[in-house]
Amino acid sequence: MTAYWLCFILFLTGLYGVITRRNLVKIAISLSVMEFSCFLFLALTGYREGGVAPIVDVAEPVQTYVDPLPQAMVLTAIVIGLATTAMLMAVIIRIYRKYGTFDIREIKNLRG
Amino acid sequence: MNPLIPLLVAIPLAGAFLTMIIGRFITGIPRYIALATLLLTAFISFWLLVAGGGDQSVYIMGGWEPVNGIPIGIHLVHDGFSALVLCIISLIGLLSVLYSISYIARYTSGNYFYALFCLMIAGMNGVVLSGDIFNIFVFLEISAISSYALVAFGVEKNELEATLKYQVLGAVASFMVLFAIGFIYWSTKTLNIADIRAVFSEGHDRSYYLLIQILLLTGFGLKAAIIPFHAWLPDAHSSAPSPISAMLSGVLIKAVGIYVIIRLFFNMFEITGAMAVMITTLGALSMAVGVFLAIGQWDIKRLLAYHSISQMGYVVMSAGIGMTLLARGVRPEVAALAITGGIFHLVNHAAFKGLLFLNAGAIEYSAGTRDLHEMGGLARPMPVTSATSLAASFSISGIPPFNGFFSKLIIIVAAVMARFYLLAALAAVVSIITLASFMKFQRYAFYNGEPGRIGKEIKEVPLPMLMSMVTLAVICLLLSLLALPAIRDAVLTPATDILIDQMKYSSQITGM
Amino acid sequence: MTVIVKKTTQLIAGIIFLYGIYIILHGHLTPGGGFAGGVILAGSFILLILAFGSDFLHLLREERGSTLYENLAILIVLFLALSGLLAGANIFFGNWLPHGTPGELLSAGFLPLYNIFVGIEVAASILTIFLALVIFKEEVMK
Repeated sequence: MTAYWLCFILFLTGLYGVITRRNLVKIAISLSVMEFSCFLFLALTGYREGGVAPIVDVAEPVQTYVDPLPQAMVLTAIVIGLATTAMLMAVIIRIYRKYGTFDIREIKNLRG
Repeated sequence: MNPLIPLLVAIPLAGAFLTMIIGRFITGIPRYIALATLLLTAFISFWLLVAGGGDQSVYIMGGWEPVNGIPIGIHLVHDGFSALVLCIISLIGLLSVLYSISYIARYTSGNYFYALFCLMIAGMNGVVLSGDIFNIFVFLEISAISSYALVAFGVEKNELEATLKYQVLGAVASFMVLFAIGFIYWSTKTLNIADIRAVFSEGHDRSYYLLIQILLLTGFGLKAAIIPFHAWLPDAHSSAPSPISAMLSGVLIKAVGIYVIIRLFFNMFEITGAMAVMITTLGALSMAVGVFLAIGQWDIKRLLAYHSISQMGYVVMSAGIGMTLLARGVRPEVAALAITGGIFHLVNHAAFKGLLFLNAGAIEYSAGTRDLHEMGGLARPMPVTSATSLAASFSISGIPPFNGFFSKLIIIVAAVMARFYLLAALAAVVSIITLASFMKFQRYAFYNGEPGRIGKEIKEVPLPMLMSMVTLAVICLLLSLLALPAIRDAVLTPATDILIDQMKYSSQITGM
Repeated sequence: MTVIVKKTTQLIAGIIFLYGIYIILHGHLTPGGGFAGGVILAGSFILLILAFGSDFLHLLREERGSTLYENLAILIVLFLALSGLLAGANIFFGNWLPHGTPGELLSAGFLPLYNIFVGIEVAASILTIFLALVIFKEEVMK
């Protein structure tokens, strides 16, 4: 049970980072922390006591497997996370070129 | 097993990647590929709406049939409500592509624009069709990532700042949804929406029920820009190229935000009184605050973006009124009326807000400014733009015989019949303020002053842009026909039925 | 980079590439598959670019090439999925090839094909992302 709560705390840590950090790259890192807490949680939901990797072995058919579905979900989510992070970094590099800074306080053209 | 259902996702995906490959060798072709893709998608979705007749049809990917009534494959579900939203997506998408043919010619790398556009359509179709909560997340991210890129398409200071805000908040929303999916899978061991409903209604352990609901409401509320989560919307919707603003405001916030909220809270969770009150409050709040934020805006696209928040408030509020009545178990016919009004307003909003953003784009294209202070007298050089925007303004502020009047009337009547007098009065007042705000827009943009002030020759926009604007204006008028009982029973009632009859959705899939 | 890095890269890049191909081809038998193998394939290319460097024009050309492969691979995956729809069974993502005996390399119908093309797709797209970020950086430095 502790492990599940630690995932939630990691999620909140990431959220805290997104809210309080002022450097764009640190915001991106905080988002990655949030993302990976979700992945950890998903992987934990598939855990079974004494389970092995879910590969069907023809020789020994009866075994306890861990749930393979969360693993597939985590893999899909990792691919999506890769795309999101790459996109965010591309935007941050472009912003650095236009504004010359990573500080979020300096980037305030739009308001109202 | 209707083979057209998966094609709705597959065709835009193929269109996106074909655009990239062919556009590398032959310039000028991509726009026609995108147009053909959207035509095909629109044809299929209207065909499914007409031929399906509002019945639920399920497509199981990969042929993984349910085992003992437990769904194991990925399901695509097409019913009355999703049919309606699919039609909106492809119709507004088609007209936006038609409009982009002239509009995007000013930008470089049009290939990427059309590829991302098709990808966004594929993602939204997937969200709407998916009967499986994890696939909703996957398609949500496909449409979200392509819309991040499209908002930043101009790569200037404002666009990049807007896309950064949009992206950070969008990513937070996505992770909340993912966390909620983890909780759902943990407590029910299933991902299928219908099966989750069945498991929960069998008296399953509900320790995390409220946490899941709050996480999902926050996540999709951020995507739908309901008021406490609205910060990204005015920036993102006003910085994007105009056809994309029309797509984002007209379709994206509905397909990935409002649609999913309504679908999940009616068909996946059992309706509880507390959740119903919360959704009604959020809806009423965004309706009122959105319009007050809009009234002081002088940038036309920002003004329209704030009105999107306000108009979406109507939809959420009427869904909330319906939920409240259903939770109390009294007067289901009034609940049905409220939900019908909400869905009707959702369809109408797509038409008139899409049209208004296209008008704003036309003004920007010809006059080169978005500031109302700098405009004036545009009615003479741009008669078609002026006329269509007048139609859209009447429509959004609820002047008969345009469509907005009927949907707002249904919502207000339903609120009165449900004895929510305060909300009914609020809806009427918000409608009047909307009218005032759009009178300001019309006066400063089209009538007041002389066009010479801008200091350049102003001409009417090219023909494809005019065609899509006129078509949307005609659609705005035609949609008011949906208020007629015969047409309403054919189109809107199936959508309402699937939401009102709460077990129908899940019982047809799980076979219980 | 120093000569030590260059020489080591020369020695191991090919082995990493082969390992990626192994992971992709055995995707339906062992852990791994298209995505994991594709990342390893892209890793070998990225290692070479990092160790030996590349000038701006070459980077642009490589980026164009990798984008093309990425699009082609995903179109083929989509076509394979559609083939299930067209093959008479009316099942999107239908697996209508003979399944063979479990545990052998040539088995599981379409799965090895999906793995191969997903592997190409992932390798090309990760290389594209890397090249795009490097090109951005070069543009910023100028």
